[in-house]
Amino acid sequence: MSGLSPALQGLIQGGAVLGLLIGVLTYVTLLERKFAARIQNRIGPRRVGPRGLLQPIADAVKLMIKEDLVPADADRRIFNLAPLVFMVPCFMIYASIPFAPGIGVADLNIGILFFLAVSSMEIVGLFMAGWASNNKYSLLSAMRAVNQIISYDLPYILAAMVPVILAGSLKMSDIVAAQSGLWFVFYPVLGQLGFIVFIIASVAAENRTPFDILEAESELIAGFRVEYSGMKFALIQLSEYAHVVGTSFLGALLFLGAWLGPGPAWLGPVWFLIKALIVFIVITWVRWSFIRVRVDQILQISWKLLLPVTVLLVMATAITVVMTGASGG
Amino acid sequence: MSTNAPDNNVRSVRTMDYTGSERLTMNMGPQHPSAHGVFRAILTLEGERVVGVDSVIGYLHRCHEKLGESLTYVQYPTIASKTDYVAAMTSELAYVMAVEQLAKIDVPKRAQYLRVMMAELQRVASHCVWLGTWCLDMGGALGGGSTVFLYTIREREMVLDLFESLTGARLLYGFHQIGGVRYDLPEGWAAQCRSTIDLIDKRIGEYEGMLADNAFFHLRTKGVGVISRDLAQDVGIGGPLLRGSGINFDLRRDYPYSSYEDFTFKVPVETAGDCHARYLVRMVEFRESLKIVRQALDGLPEGPISSRPGVKSVAQVRVPKGESYARVEGPRGEVGCYLIGDGGAKPYRMKWRGASFSNLSVLPHIIPGHTVSDVVAIVGSTDPVFGEVDR
Repeated sequence: MSGLSPALQGLIQGGAVLGLLIGVLTYVTLLERKFAARIQNRIGPRRVGPRGLLQPIADAVKLMIKEDLVPADADRRIFNLAPLVFMVPCFMIYASIPFAPGIGVADLNIGILFFLAVSSMEIVGLFMAGWASNNKYSLLSAMRAVNQIISYDLPYILAAMVPVILAGSLKMSDIVAAQSGLWFVFYPVLGQLGFIVFIIASVAAENRTPFDILEAESELIAGFRVEYSGMKFALIQLSEYAHVVGTSFLGALLFLGAWLGPGPAWLGPVWFLIKALIVFIVITWVRWSFIRVRVDQILQISWKLLLPVTVLLVMATAITVVMTGASGG
Repeated sequence: MSTNAPDNNVRSVRTMDYTGSERLTMNMGPQHPSAHGVFRAILTLEGERVVGVDSVIGYLHRCHEKLGESLTYVQYPTIASKTDYVAAMTSELAYVMAVEQLAKIDVPKRAQYLRVMMAELQRVASHCVWLGTWCLDMGGALGGGSTVFLYTIREREMVLDLFESLTGARLLYGFHQIGGVRYDLPEGWAAQCRSTIDLIDKRIGEYEGMLADNAFFHLRTKGVGVISRDLAQDVGIGGPLLRGSGINFDLRRDYPYSSYEDFTFKVPVETAGDCHARYLVRMVEFRESLKIVRQALDGLPEGPISSRPGVKSVAQVRVPKGESYARVEGPRGEVGCYLIGDGGAKPYRMKWRGASFSNLSVLPHIIPGHTVSDVVAIVGSTDPVFGEVDR
């Protein structure tokens, strides 16, 4: 690729990541469905293709040929724009993730900051969708969304700060390099607590059960996306999965040492994917085991429990690092 | 959660105090994932908080009481099961008991025991549906709630298998007839029943494992939808709701019918009156019902299963003039059947007392003050079946 201009090279890399990503995401849906089915004493999809392996493709085709409805009273322009506004940040977070040393779109020196900032922008698309649908369920869901995501971004970001402080860098590859001796999840006390809080906060920031009050189908039918159909619905759904998997990648990167693992260097991305899927499975496991929490209780958990805990955790980490020197591995 | 001061005009939209919030009227149902059939609640909201609820029923009305007048005593029991289709055995039993009372027909002991067994198995099956759908309401079809739902449905299927091998039907049985029951136990049924209830006994522990120590479950159910003792008596709710509000009343023990006096069982009572209390009551009832089935299997007397020969014509059973009221303890509370006979083959008047209907009438008293999320938890905890509400 040496003959190409940097812009073109970036475009190719970005396109490759996006293409691979959508492939992975469609199959992550199958993974979740199979996993949930096993939890629930079911078999899961098995009709389309061998062992149901073509199910995601069938789903995609089905969603593409569905009628695309826009409610008569909806704010048409915002309604149509919302899935895109929702999708862009959900996919943009991958831009800052290095999948192996040197592989990735951009290994920014403020990678974590970029990831967290972009990932909290999804709320804009959510609120637009909820508001523009002109539906009471969507409206309530949009209000809940703002409440919840703003509340949970704080503990989420603070939990992500624990590895950052331990590594002494905001650059993702540096954080991984700092874990070459000891993955941060094994860092005594701080690492485990940080990982647990990170998982809880990311479940909430991704609106998954038990914190899925936004879509809460037994209360608000489908929440902010109740009026969406066809490909727009698919875009929202895909973006949600992108966000969940992106967060799983971040979790694997911050706490599980990303591409570090036995074997030759080219196995790095495979290790990373496996670790990210493990985080994803943990989140999925939580999702299919708990019942939903009420909206006021969600806010209480965030402000009264998680936020103080994470602030203390960050302070404790900072003190530890000052006392012992940045781990750096 | 405290309820608001009485507000008789809740549905009017008006600007509130300095916060400037407006009231929002939101329809929950009849087409809604947690409408439990066709329940429609017109909610008046202030933000997330419900300030008024207007319950609308009648979407499933099928003129059951008129049907009862136009069908003969022999024909109606199979239709009776369609009132409360989640607990079909119970409503059949109430109807045939009312007729037997009116016509002074004795029921052989074996038939009485079989009736008790079916009623209790039905209670287990019905409570399975309650627990599953209630968790579905609170936990979502795409979350832990559906996990509980699929577990409970698995056990309900086992009970339905028992019913199927006995009557050939899985939902509406036509098992009871005037003077006894229609089918005797087939060979091997008792052994199958024993192994099934042993398994269910174990599986109930699984549900409790998922819920009893689950902090989120406690958050969602404790202190939610409190029915005070006085309110429970004023409104006339029944069954687990009544016992969850601290009133120790169970027809099976206080006014035994169909030989219930032969069985020993515990009547659970909780005093908190909230959703969690109702959950605790029903969880104990699960096990008590299994205990009764075991006792009935152990003590099942030999003998005929019906005091009357099989009928050759649907108009063959004639009952004297008079009136009667029979009530049984269904899974949802007192199911009553009131009959006026005019000496013919059809009743002059038939009236159902549906347990779900009476239980549902407590909702407007307890919902205001709670949030939208609590509405589904409260409605689910009353366990309504709309076939029985609307009849």
